[in-house]
Amino acid sequence: MVVVKIKDLPKEKFLLPGNTSCQGCPHALGLKSLGMALGDDVVLVVPAGCTTIIAGSKDKSSFKFPCLHVPFASAPAVATGLGSAFRRLGKKGIPVVWMGDGGSDIGFATLSGACVRKDDMIVIVSDNEAYMNTGIQTSGTTFWKARTTTSPTGKREEKKDLALIMLMHKADYVATASVGYLQDFIGKLRKASEIDGFRFIHLHSPCPPGWGFDSSETVEMARLAVKCGAWILWEFDGKFRISPMSKPYADKSKRAPLTEYLKKQRRFRHLSDEDIAEIERRIDEQWRVVLALEDVF
Amino acid sequence: MKKVLTGNYAVAEAVKMARTEFIAAYPITPQTTIVERLAEMVEKGELNADFVRVESEHSALAAVYGASAGGLRAFTATSSHGLLYMYEMCWWVANSRLPVVMALVTRTIGPPWNIHTDHTDLLTLRDSGWILAMSENAQEAFDLTLIGFKVAEQIDLPFAVGLDGFQVSHTAEVVDVPEQSEVDEFLPERRRNKPFVIEPRNPITVGGLTTNECTMILRREMNRDMEKVGDLVKNAGYVRDYDLVERYRLDDAEYVVIMMGAWCGDAKDAIDVLRDEGVQIGMLRLRFVRPFPAEEIAKLDCKKILVVERDCSVGKGGIIATEVKSVANSPVQSVMAGLGGVDVGVDDFVSMFRRFVKGELGEWWL
Ligand SMILES: Cc1ncc(C[n+]2csc(CCOP(=O)(O)OP(=O)(O)O)c2C)c(N)n1
Ligand code: SF4
Ligand SMILES: [Mg+2]
Repeated sequence: MVVVKIKDLPKEKFLLPGNTSCQGCPHALGLKSLGMALGDDVVLVVPAGCTTIIAGSKDKSSFKFPCLHVPFASAPAVATGLGSAFRRLGKKGIPVVWMGDGGSDIGFATLSGACVRKDDMIVIVSDNEAYMNTGIQTSGTTFWKARTTTSPTGKREEKKDLALIMLMHKADYVATASVGYLQDFIGKLRKASEIDGFRFIHLHSPCPPGWGFDSSETVEMARLAVKCGAWILWEFDGKFRISPMSKPYADKSKRAPLTEYLKKQRRFRHLSDEDIAEIERRIDEQWRVVLALEDVF
Repeated sequence: MKKVLTGNYAVAEAVKMARTEFIAAYPITPQTTIVERLAEMVEKGELNADFVRVESEHSALAAVYGASAGGLRAFTATSSHGLLYMYEMCWWVANSRLPVVMALVTRTIGPPWNIHTDHTDLLTLRDSGWILAMSENAQEAFDLTLIGFKVAEQIDLPFAVGLDGFQVSHTAEVVDVPEQSEVDEFLPERRRNKPFVIEPRNPITVGGLTTNECTMILRREMNRDMEKVGDLVKNAGYVRDYDLVERYRLDDAEYVVIMMGAWCGDAKDAIDVLRDEGVQIGMLRLRFVRPFPAEEIAKLDCKKILVVERDCSVGKGGIIATEVKSVANSPVQSVMAGLGGVDVGVDDFVSMFRRFVKGELGEWWL
């Protein structure tokens, strides 16, 4: 684990103030951290999503990163081409795909292909658990039972576990992260930058308008997800480790009450006690899997 | 130097001689042997390029797009369903004004599954902003690939080289291949920062939101620049001269046939037969669909024009005929033939052209 001290972080801003993200936007937190972690080594590849808007319009760019906007389903493949250009032309830099969970639905084959080839890039999926840019529609990673505009009574299918999928894809580096723990995210980005090949980070990104909570509570919501055990922070760099912030919650008795996390969000207001018990059961199951992986890898 | 090459191998040879730096493609009949050959060249060290085995055509052009945006000379190749699968990227590349070159080995679009040639796939690119060339034989496929890189890099528009599936792609012919030194002189290294370059520590943003006027200005400029392509092709300085069209026995022609692609060879034989019978007939062969050779067509001074094409815009008919009618100064007749690879040989063309001259030809040849 790379230890990150706040006082040592660079002051230079790569996501500029006055950008068009909503108040309390998780992508904004993530992008700021990306700048602090990797600075001007980053070349962003951004498919359609909220970040398209955040990036700014016409000559008013919000980024100090170079940024190439690309079609929704294409980002890792574009990064493959860019990476090749940097290498051949002797330019030091990392293609960083910054995409939403939606991008990882429609671009799943592309993500898989780039990972299988171990192409040189860092892919960050900033997962706000829905297609927010088009108005809160259900995605593959939308939480079970969460209400969206296309699942008005709650999603019926399970959340897809993207990070574990990428682990099984034999990515060179895989981690989960959270906008509630930005030092951890920055540390993981720096670790990823020291490894060659295909690196993947699944960033948990609670979205105030999309989930229905106050815009002052993004970080708190993200931390609650970790504290109640619903989002588990881990890292694989050849060795699989549960990250320190999540470690205590392997012990169920240490977890924050699940209802605290769920009841704060409009998308879960309708949940019954049985629904919550079922979510708890699924969280326990997820912990069994992750703990077993720590043994296996 | 003369070499015996299939159309696909001729394209691969041209890509090699262009010193292409990045290739990404996905197999589809009848395009596959282009990428197989290129993969072999890269593995053997004959070509110093990155060859990426992508998982789809969408990703093939996406990777090529990234490489080209990063400053590399980049190439892909596909056919039919592969082209449709990468269609979104085709427009993205065009509007980004990146000088990508693609070989399009024409093939029917299914269902029913059909691997034989027609020109419907190529024509789906018509409005996108790609320069669209259609070769008649392996020599042209070779030459147009090299000219493609040159012109694309001069005008910042992507260039597609069409060649008929099997008839050109898999038919071995003698191809006159220039010396590498001649190609190097003709085609210097790509200017890497044109039209822009994405690189570390150069914080520009490309392709993001902008004003509506920006989009309109972009399309207007692309349209304007496309009109310059004819002159660039004519003055390319290649070892052989090229033009947007080929004129075959046209000088005194009262009847003019307009076509494109491999079957023009058979059609020319048929024209010779009719000429021997005293019919003053000739051909204007379209070597390019975009830019559209409007001037060359408008100049035709003849009794009537016949457009023979292997495509159909359902609800409107022959696509090329519709375009020819919009610029021609003589009456235009349209016939759709050879769709789905239906064979049309010299004898067919002889009777087709006779009927045309007599005014007895219908719209469909089947
Ligand atoms: C091929 C294609 N289909 C649909 C869209 C419309 N679209 C734009 S962004 C988006 C959803 C983005 O969701 P996600 O990737 O989760 O990013 P977020 O907006 O949540 O940050 C969709 C469906 C598109 N741009 N391209
Ligand atoms: S909808 Fe959510 S993810 Fe999108 S810009 Fe607003 S806060 Fe950020
Ligand atoms: Mg999303």
